[in-house]
Amino acid sequence: MEENRVLEMRGIEKSFPGVRALRGVDFSLNKGEIHALMGENGAGKSTLIKVLTGVYTKDGGRISMQGAEDIHINSPQDAQNAGISTVYQEITLCPNLTVAENMYIGRGKSRITKWKKMNEDADKILRSLDIPASASQQLASCSIAVQQMVAIARAVDMDCKVLILDEPTSSLDEQEVEKLFKLMRDLKSKGVGIIFVTHFLDQVYEVCDRITVLRDGGLVGEYAIADLPRVELVAKMLGKEMDDLSDIKGANAAYCGEDADDIVLEAEGLQSDAGIKPFNFHIKKGEVNGFTGLLGSGRSECVRAIFGADRILQGSVKMHKKEVKIKKPLDAMKNGIAYLPEDRKIDGIIGELSVRDNIILALQVLTGFFKPFSKAKAQAFAEEYIKKLNIKTASADTPIASLSGGNQQKVILARWLLMHPEYLILDEPTRGIDVGTKVDIQKLVLELASQGMSVTFISSETDEMIRTCSRLVVMRDRKIVGELSGDEVNQGRIMETIAGGEAKK
Amino acid sequence: MKIDIKKLLSNQLLIPITALVILCLVNLVNDASFFTIKLAPNNEGYNVFSGPLITILDYGSELAILAIGMTLVTAASGGQDISVGATIAIAGSAMLRVLCGGVSKPEALAAPIIVGFLVACIVGMLCGVFNGLLVSIFRIQPMIATLILFTAGRSIAAWINNNELPIVPDPKFKYFGGFIPGIPIPTTTFIAIACIVVAALLLKFTNLGLYTQAVGINESSSRLNGINPTFIKFLSFVILGLCVAVAALIKVSRLATINYSVIAKDIEMDAILAVALGGNALSGGKFNMWGSILGAYIIQFLTTTLYKFQVDAAALPAYKAVVVIILVVFSSPVVREKLSALSSKKKAAAKGVA
Repeated sequence: MEENRVLEMRGIEKSFPGVRALRGVDFSLNKGEIHALMGENGAGKSTLIKVLTGVYTKDGGRISMQGAEDIHINSPQDAQNAGISTVYQEITLCPNLTVAENMYIGRGKSRITKWKKMNEDADKILRSLDIPASASQQLASCSIAVQQMVAIARAVDMDCKVLILDEPTSSLDEQEVEKLFKLMRDLKSKGVGIIFVTHFLDQVYEVCDRITVLRDGGLVGEYAIADLPRVELVAKMLGKEMDDLSDIKGANAAYCGEDADDIVLEAEGLQSDAGIKPFNFHIKKGEVNGFTGLLGSGRSECVRAIFGADRILQGSVKMHKKEVKIKKPLDAMKNGIAYLPEDRKIDGIIGELSVRDNIILALQVLTGFFKPFSKAKAQAFAEEYIKKLNIKTASADTPIASLSGGNQQKVILARWLLMHPEYLILDEPTRGIDVGTKVDIQKLVLELASQGMSVTFISSETDEMIRTCSRLVVMRDRKIVGELSGDEVNQGRIMETIAGGEAKK
Repeated sequence: MKIDIKKLLSNQLLIPITALVILCLVNLVNDASFFTIKLAPNNEGYNVFSGPLITILDYGSELAILAIGMTLVTAASGGQDISVGATIAIAGSAMLRVLCGGVSKPEALAAPIIVGFLVACIVGMLCGVFNGLLVSIFRIQPMIATLILFTAGRSIAAWINNNELPIVPDPKFKYFGGFIPGIPIPTTTFIAIACIVVAALLLKFTNLGLYTQAVGINESSSRLNGINPTFIKFLSFVILGLCVAVAALIKVSRLATINYSVIAKDIEMDAILAVALGGNALSGGKFNMWGSILGAYIIQFLTTTLYKFQVDAAALPAYKAVVVIILVVFSSPVVREKLSALSSKKKAAAKGVA
């Protein structure tokens, strides 16, 4: 086994002001292996990866490759020279350049670029990895999955021995994920060691050989995939036995006040300039419903239209049977609608501002330009929600950007809950966050609904929707194609409706 | 000693304060008379304070006023307004036109000074509106958008008065850039204090600070939180326009007339430097108004020091540039990180010995 080792990390330590992010973590990777690195947000996965790739300098511990002497990785360049390549969740290539240019940019040793040779070489690699792109094609014209693969091809061609894939699948649909997995298996057979970071358990069990689990900056253990059933993996990540997920709906009684049939919001023929067909929609008090459909089917565009985030072209919206005009987000907020956007980084967080400012922002805007909260009041609001949602942060003054993904999401959630909305729209609130927080959020949604809040819950993971929603609006090709409620809300029916049973009629 | 070195190093005001201390030391060594303040009669026969420190207070004040507006523009738009000097000429020229009624050597004021100032305010804000519209609605980069008035501004200013140089006849008009009889401190100091107080109140009793920072850091997410980023950017330029009008009053008052090609020349660079020196990112986002104001006075301190060293006025910008490079490099995150790493290493070493 030993001569098979391509990477060995021993006793890695890393601290940040106020946090010990890694506590003597061991990690090893064999040749031709796909090794999953699992853990909740804040467990130390990202930190470990960043130490390995030279983004952070480790405080202690040893790293060696191929059984040789210890190496020192102090910069991303060192990592690259050592044969460690990374493909991040967000694609870090230049969309306006061609595929070949992207593969060779910043690598040429000679000053003169031999375009023809470059294109030929690139094509050869693309073909050998079976990537459906041509070298001279502009990168932006490829699908996200193909772009992801080009990034991998670039990494592989740089003679990498260790390939790190940091959540590569989070913006891919199922078929694209399949293609990516095929590529990963190909690379594995060529002897590349792959570190795979993901939140999707299914994917781990589909492609990985071994799993290393981290929790709170420490190593929980390293397991062969066959020895660790799913439930146990989750338990190890959380450090406790998992609640029976399938039962959370039953645990929270549905809201059944006198006004349970009151329609909170009703949209008719609503259309925005984001390219969706006009749609009708309604939601009752204390109801949890969801929009489902494939990526790009228009789920987000619908809720954005309701919130006034895109320009409204036509249609009417009634709240409690009274016509309201929602032209911009502030109008929606004034009517008690809150919207947690799909892309946390682009639309959610205000990176350099403190957790406190991020929490109070929406309510502050709603309160008015000339009525800023006092420092004490803002602090009290922030502390209340940091406690309520169990947000892990050094203090309310910490910039939100330095929090882990799941905690950032909780801050954004806190921002909207602080507004005490009547109708809460959650667009992919659980994307890219750990299992524990996912369950917390799902539970919270049901709890809020039982108190009378109406919630729209959108998720790419169908089972999550099944667990939380009592009614599902199904979308395909930017229009609503069906609605499922009660017993119809199950995997089979959803797939059928998405696939378009009635379309063949 | 329980001073947290890391915390100290990460303080935004560390660099400007260090710069100030160094400048003071240099002057102390070179010629301690730099710090003497004399009370002597001036040209008009009133007793007033004079000396390099008073010069810094006087000329630093107009810079501080501009720095307030420039900080907001920088934070909201992530860019800078380079038309400040030219718009001072426009606002000043408009004020002269109103005060002198289009006559080059009037016997008496054609309108009360307050009216002239209000007109300057309106003109200054209109320039801000123009820049603001280009930046916020048409999404032109601030430096490019303001390049228009930077280029055309001084010609517009000359055109307003038919290229004449009217002289304001009322001696009271000279008070704003000089001294009020009986008060030995330059009037600009009081004007700057008033502006700073207004800015401080604005930041405390409205959400201008929060909104501006939010827009500067993440426009898209600010919009989804109900903020109108277009308006906030626009507003920042209009506020700067108001600051420009105040600076124009001081500038024109100093001479009681105007020189279109020279008035407030290169002042935009000093104002931008003041913002940078105060530790604010020129790419926008978070800002510290106190840093910018302090920065403004330090820039003036530097200028006065260089004059003291008999640097030729024409060579001044080159010397300034060198100093500025040093300051800006030291305040860059790269150097800061290295410094704080160094200090933590030292600490660790000290622990090891113990």
